[in-house]
Amino acid sequence: MENLKMTPLHDKHVSLGAKMVPFGGWDMPVQYNGGILAEHHHTRKAVSLFDTCHMGEFIIRGKNASQELDKIFPRAVADQKIGFARYNFLLSDRGTVMDDLLIYRMGEEEFMIVVNAGTIESDATRIRSLLPSSILFVDESDKTGKLDLQGPKTVEIMEKIGFKKADLPGVYKWIKTTVKGIPAIVSRTGYTGELGFEFYVAADNVGELWDYLLSFPEVKPAGLGARDTLRLEVGYPLYGHEMDENTTPGEAGFDPILKLDKRLSSFMCEKILKDPTKKTKKLIGVVLEGRRAARAGSKVLSTDGKEIGTVTSGMFSPILEKAIALTFVHPQYNFVPGDKINLEIGGKPFPGEVAEMPFYKAGTVKMGIV
Amino acid sequence: MKKFTKEHEWISLEGDVATIGITDHASHELGDITFVELPNIGDQASSGEVLTVVESVKAASDVFSPVSGTICEINQELENNPALVNESPEEEGWICKVKDVDSSELDDLMEESEYRAYVEAL
Repeated sequence: MENLKMTPLHDKHVSLGAKMVPFGGWDMPVQYNGGILAEHHHTRKAVSLFDTCHMGEFIIRGKNASQELDKIFPRAVADQKIGFARYNFLLSDRGTVMDDLLIYRMGEEEFMIVVNAGTIESDATRIRSLLPSSILFVDESDKTGKLDLQGPKTVEIMEKIGFKKADLPGVYKWIKTTVKGIPAIVSRTGYTGELGFEFYVAADNVGELWDYLLSFPEVKPAGLGARDTLRLEVGYPLYGHEMDENTTPGEAGFDPILKLDKRLSSFMCEKILKDPTKKTKKLIGVVLEGRRAARAGSKVLSTDGKEIGTVTSGMFSPILEKAIALTFVHPQYNFVPGDKINLEIGGKPFPGEVAEMPFYKAGTVKMGIV
Repeated sequence: MKKFTKEHEWISLEGDVATIGITDHASHELGDITFVELPNIGDQASSGEVLTVVESVKAASDVFSPVSGTICEINQELENNPALVNESPEEEGWICKVKDVDSSELDDLMEESEYRAYVEAL
């Protein structure tokens, strides 16, 4: 068996009764005693705490760092203000996605890049190779602990911690603060579709912060299983499923946020990303009539039985109580929500409809808090 | 008579009618069950062949028939409440009944104590 890495919270997960599974090279909790469905519903209506220490953090600093990062990433970096985080993509030379990530502007010429666990090493190698040697690049992943507190009642917990509503960061903003004396960067980010905050602290302090946040009776731990059902229900892509080195950000549906025609400066793979003829597939969501899920790799079929695409993620939606799926279909198909479509499960077609995204529309992710 | 398989099904025989389900251990390992495919009444079940499919949030798992016979009853309750398999896997969460079962087919299956020991050793 491969050597799995453990986060600083590993023993705490085990003593909470978590079922541990390998994920991106890490031994992570997929669920705790209550099960994935209970954790999912708790996140949608209350507050859940996720261990995301496995994710990677890079610091980039130096003269012209903003200009240099601007050349690498398809979403602009140079115009990003200090105090903001922005979702972005690390590209291969073919314009395909090597990772999806968050870039935090920490200072005039200082940035933190937060990346997926399974791609930390390849991302570090790639970013280093694209930056001039005058720019400092430090992989802080092992020294950094990260927790996600997610759910509509998160603000109540933040108030109990001692934050005033007005001082909490807005959507995709971050603040430097302390939580129970622990220095932390707190950002209004997350991956559940609910209002929430992510906490970046020193790895040595993350156990204390975990225990403190779980000391509030409303807060329950949630594992990667619920993280996956939560993100799929709001249509968020997962690296390795909806995006990989065979997929451009545009194919994964991100042209609206890339706003490539408004970029002021040129960037890597600009020609490829701007060329609509380079798109070989289109991401669409499907809601099936029944509860049985079409899993990744299942065929997408037209109503007349023609194979037109592939399922990238599929599972039972706890809120819709139906199976949902994200799928890639050939770009020639101009589906609109409500169009009939079939997904193949066990060699048989199962009927469904093209869904308007997100599948779950009542998420509190953008809710105002003041 | 109740017996158990290595694939974590249980079978309970009364006369020539067998009730089949998945074990407590299996339901715990699968986690929250979100869907149980109910076989069709009148279909033939064959020993060692796939009888049906149980899905949890994370994955689909085949359920194998421990015996041969004809499906004569299904647990309709599971259609809208598959979680019953988690709540009561070896009683209320039974999946289907099979008739015309030859009781000798159960001879090679595990007794409860044997099965519990088998699970312990996994």
